[in-house]
This record gives sequence, structure tokens and C-alpha cells, in this order.
Amino acid sequence: MLEQFLQGLQDTSIATAIREGESLFPWIECVHVLALTLVIGSIGIVDLRLVGLASRDRGVAQTTASVLPVTWTAFVLAAITGGLLFASNATTYGHNFYFQVKMALIALAGVNMAVYHLFLNSGADAWHTPAATPIRARIVGGVSLCLWIAIVAFGRWIGFTINTPT
Amino acid sequence: MTLQSLDSFCNWLAATPFSQVLQTVGWIVPAVQTVHILAVAAVVSSALMLDLRLLGIRGKEQSIAATARRFLPFIWWPLPVLLATGALLITAEPARSLENPVFILKMGLLLAAAGITLACQVPLHKDAAFWELSAARKRVAQLIAAASIPLWVAIICAGRWIAYVQGT
Repeated sequence: MLEQFLQGLQDTSIATAIREGESLFPWIECVHVLALTLVIGSIGIVDLRLVGLASRDRGVAQTTASVLPVTWTAFVLAAITGGLLFASNATTYGHNFYFQVKMALIALAGVNMAVYHLFLNSGADAWHTPAATPIRARIVGGVSLCLWIAIVAFGRWIGFTINTPT
Repeated sequence: MTLQSLDSFCNWLAATPFSQVLQTVGWIVPAVQTVHILAVAAVVSSALMLDLRLLGIRGKEQSIAATARRFLPFIWWPLPVLLATGALLITAEPARSLENPVFILKMGLLLAAAGITLACQVPLHKDAAFWELSAARKRVAQLIAAASIPLWVAIICAGRWIAYVQGT
């Protein structure tokens, strides 16, 4: 069932075009790298503010509001380009350990963010002084930073465990 | 340097014991690339946030000077990390980059991006309100930002294309 899905995805005309084209794959990779650096950099701005290592003269809510549109735009771009790269060799990527862990870690980062926004950020509007944020906010920021660093590492390892240029 | 001596330098570097270690211990290169990408993320995201402020698109509740103070350290401080990790990647596979026209292009673009960042930064040292004092200066600040964004995009694209373009 999964096998058929991966094979079907890989056999689509767009996946075939990416796989067989001279330069489509690297160009999509360029957009993917650009998008993911913006996702991680912009999330890092929020995380470092939550942890208390940067932007402390600025409110958490303000910091988040100015950064979030960049994060989401870049995330959508990274997901689309990532999906295209995946489709081009779906049967290979689908079975790659590092790819599987990377997807799991992205899901965890999403859960971490959702838990924060749903349950933990009450009172965040008041966090606009250099004083430390509550411990729960610092934990969420620290966990997020660790997850995104690991996501980059696992993403890079995919390239070294399957047969494409690194 | 003639191409021949560059070639022999690459061969010499690749044969050094240090380069041999980088080549044979499998996890080193992906680990160094991971650190390199994380540093790129810090630089490019900070540059973009500053550029978006110069363009007046995001973060307008904070002055240009305060935004610059917030983000410039995250543009400059990762640079030594990028140079160090970049040097390690070159050492691991010298000809892949040193003989690669895309790598040379990337270094040129990097110099341009650094220059344009300084062009924004230096006037702020003398006068924090420099870019906000007149409509003409605001226009210049917008031009700086509009040039900075495509430069960083091109640097990232060139970085990825190093892996796909053969050395001369």
C-alpha cells in the first residue's frame, strides 16, 4: 500500500521530470535551502527571545508578530520544494532512516509550538521587559531550538545516505 | 596563481593528514555542513529582517537603528563560524570548491553582501537616525535593502550549486 503510493508518486510526470532533468533538482534544492534557512532563522529569533538570549528589550508578542509571516511563508515554500524533491525519488527517500526521523522531528516541533500556543503562553503580552520569561516559556524555546538544529542535521544526513551529490 | 599551481595546491592539501581525516571519518563533513547551514540561517534571516525594516514592510514599531542593533550581531558573529566551517569543507575536498567557478562567484557575492551591510551600518554609528532623516535617505535605505535580499538569495543558490558544477 505505502509501497504503491511511493512508486505512484515517483512515476508522476512532475517527479519524473525532476529526476531526469539536468538542473531541475538542484534549483528546487536551492529554493528548499533558502526557505529552510529562513524557517530556522526566524523561529530561532522567537526561540532566543523566549529563552532570553536576544531581543530582550522587545516584547515576546511583538517579536513573534514581526517574524511569524516570514516563518510561515518560508515553511510553505520549504514544504512544497521538499515535497517535490521527495517525489522525485520517493521510494528511496521513503525508506531512508534520516528522512523518517526528520519528518518525525518536524512533527514534534509542530506539537511543541501547538502546546505553547494553546496552553502555555497566557500572559505573554506582559513579557516585554528584559526580565526573564517564565520557565515554561524558556523550556519551549530551548526544546524548539534543539529540534530545529536536529532537523537540519538529519536533513543533511539524508544526502549522505542516498546516492545524490552532496 | 596559475591554474597548474592551484591544482597542485589542491592536491597537496588533499594529501595532508588533516584532510585525510576529514575525508575518511564519515560523519565530519555532514556535521560541519550542518553547522554551516545553521550559521547561514542566522545570517540570512537577520539580514532579511533588517532589510524588511529598511523597506518598511515589517517591524515598523521599532526604529531602524534599534532594529539594526538587534540583528547586526547575528549577521557578523556567525561569519567566523562560516569561514571556519567553510575552510574545513574546502580542506576535505579542495578541488571541489577552489577550482569551481561557482565557488569563486559565491565568494564575490559574499564580499558584495558584506559591503552593502556595512553601507547600511556605518552611517548609523555616526547618527542613529541617519536613515530616517529625509525622504531621500529613506529611499537610499530601501535601495540598499532591495539589493541585499537578492544577493543573499544568490549566495545560497551558489552554495548549493557548488555540489553540481565541476571544477575547471
